[in-house]
Amino acid sequence: MSARTLPLLFLNLGGEMLYILDQRLRAQSIPGEKARKDEWTDVDRKRVMNDIISTMFNKKFMEELFKPQDLYSKKALRTVYDRLAHASIMRLNQASMDKLYDLMTMAFKYQVLLCPRPRDILLVTFNHLDAIKDFISDSPGILNQVDETFRQLIETYNCLSDGEFQLIRQTLLIFFQDMHIRVSIFLKDKVQNSNGRFVLPISGPVPWGTEVPGLIRIFNHKGVEVKRAEFTTAGNYVTPQREGSFELYGDRVLKLGTNMYSVTRPVETHMSGSSKNPASQAKENIVPNPLAKEELNFLARLLGGLDIQKPAGGETGFRLNLFTSDEEEEHAAQTRPEELSYKVINIEATQEPGRRAELSRILGELEVAEPRPGSAEKGEDLLALMDEL
Amino acid sequence: QAAWCELPSRVLLVLTSQRGVQVRPGGDWGVPRGVGPSPWVTQTCSLPAHSVFARGIAAAGGRFICVGTSSGAVLVFDIPPKGTNVTLSEVLEQHRDPITDIAAEQGQAPDGAGDLVTADDSGTLCLWSTEEEFTLLGKIPGSGSTCSSVTLWNGIVAAGYGNGQIRLWEAGSGRIRAQVSAHARWIYALDLAPLTGKLLSGAEDSFVHVWKLSRNPDTDDIEIQHCHAECVTDTQVCGARFCDPTGDTFAVTGYDLSEILCY
Repeated sequence: MSARTLPLLFLNLGGEMLYILDQRLRAQSIPGEKARKDEWTDVDRKRVMNDIISTMFNKKFMEELFKPQDLYSKKALRTVYDRLAHASIMRLNQASMDKLYDLMTMAFKYQVLLCPRPRDILLVTFNHLDAIKDFISDSPGILNQVDETFRQLIETYNCLSDGEFQLIRQTLLIFFQDMHIRVSIFLKDKVQNSNGRFVLPISGPVPWGTEVPGLIRIFNHKGVEVKRAEFTTAGNYVTPQREGSFELYGDRVLKLGTNMYSVTRPVETHMSGSSKNPASQAKENIVPNPLAKEELNFLARLLGGLDIQKPAGGETGFRLNLFTSDEEEEHAAQTRPEELSYKVINIEATQEPGRRAELSRILGELEVAEPRPGSAEKGEDLLALMDEL
Repeated sequence: QAAWCELPSRVLLVLTSQRGVQVRPGGDWGVPRGVGPSPWVTQTCSLPAHSVFARGIAAAGGRFICVGTSSGAVLVFDIPPKGTNVTLSEVLEQHRDPITDIAAEQGQAPDGAGDLVTADDSGTLCLWSTEEEFTLLGKIPGSGSTCSSVTLWNGIVAAGYGNGQIRLWEAGSGRIRAQVSAHARWIYALDLAPLTGKLLSGAEDSFVHVWKLSRNPDTDDIEIQHCHAECVTDTQVCGARFCDPTGDTFAVTGYDLSEILCY
């Protein structure tokens, strides 16, 4: 397994999350003057995006991320995104957060699977970063943070060999193995089958550096070509036009990793217990202490480094719904198949008293009140939070 | 990775992982053992400190098992005809990049051709003779593409690459004898049927191809012909193996696939 996979996993999943949040915020936003106090405006949306992106690209966070290490467990990673999604005034119910995470992971799984060359995973990452820079184009401070990370990506990854990229790709594919959640937008575009598996096209441009299959060349013992033969297959491939750019700026050519959501295309998932091997998923769920000690420490350090903004007095906390209505969200929460539930970690303190104190302190600072089920007003969450202080 | 290694004295199952290398005797799978002391006697060898994983397994020289590592070193284990005393006999250090695959001669090697080939991430191939000790006979430098899998038959090295090409090299001279634009994606698996010279290739493009290698002993012409193509719809093929030495049947595995498909 590759110890350099985590930054790519984190940044690409983060990128997908931002695409989805941006789409939902736009879909639910009301022009500024007409908005009531509990409705989204463009200003709110920009603020949420700025807050989340700025948290995501926090300097200390990135330093930790880029250190060679194994991937987190699925649960640990999910917790990081939970915190990230709540890094601003926005709140998500469990059902919406679950759906967000499903969409993020299936989208990136698709991108990794369809990457023509292993190294193209870097182009996918660059596509996400290009789009993120667009989201915060009028905030030079945050733009700087993102560019810094961009440069670090280039420095760390541009020199890796194909073999090393393939190992990274395999590490990612193992992480996503057996996930077959059906996504509406994928089903509609026919990139996913109704059984949850992605469509792998056997036509189109071959990867850069690969020849169109079909030619056999024979050489004699002096190295001179003496014969040519051809064979045909069902595939219908063509030569690619050009290679994508691996520089800070440039045409990536590859479309994977660009924003496939728009305001008019709702994001939906179909919940299906689609794992053919529920036993393997069940095994993960019954592990009593899901976090190994090292992961726990690292996670605590990361979370400690996250500058979580709490809604200050006078500001309102907004709730975002990833479904089209609150009733739908409630229904989704109740009908989610057991094997697909993300058991979000309750971080248990370790045995050592020193660590426990430190962790408790960090957790205390991060504590976010769960919105009461069924509450539809943005403001109510803030009141609930203040009640508990 | 896992591979059955057939030695004249016994058959062994070799497993590689991040933890190291495990060598287990091929047992009588059909007999239920029940609960009790494990009937398997396993030897676990950990990897040299600078290696991160082991990859590439082959039986060689009648009594050795070779395992590649991510540092480029090839570990040679001496297997006694009986018992569990597996010892590390040699470490071959000719590769500078992680080993991807190792293959032993499955047919009849012509003189001077060597009987073992090792491949790495950079596409470099090393040819070895395992007669008295392991001796490097030649090196074929890589040309930019990872050699992901390799087989050796009658002195012909068949190598599959990350850019979808299959190349045939003459083991004795190190010269290229054929180049095939075989697949549109990374080739994951190559297998050879030693009785007929059939070659099987499986890749991420969903295709499995059957080829026929031939070598004319008089003219020394080496040829490869395409026999058959099979598309495993919507599946990235990760493994492909002939089920018999004539190559009449083969099995395929793929990513996210919990089944083994037999053709």
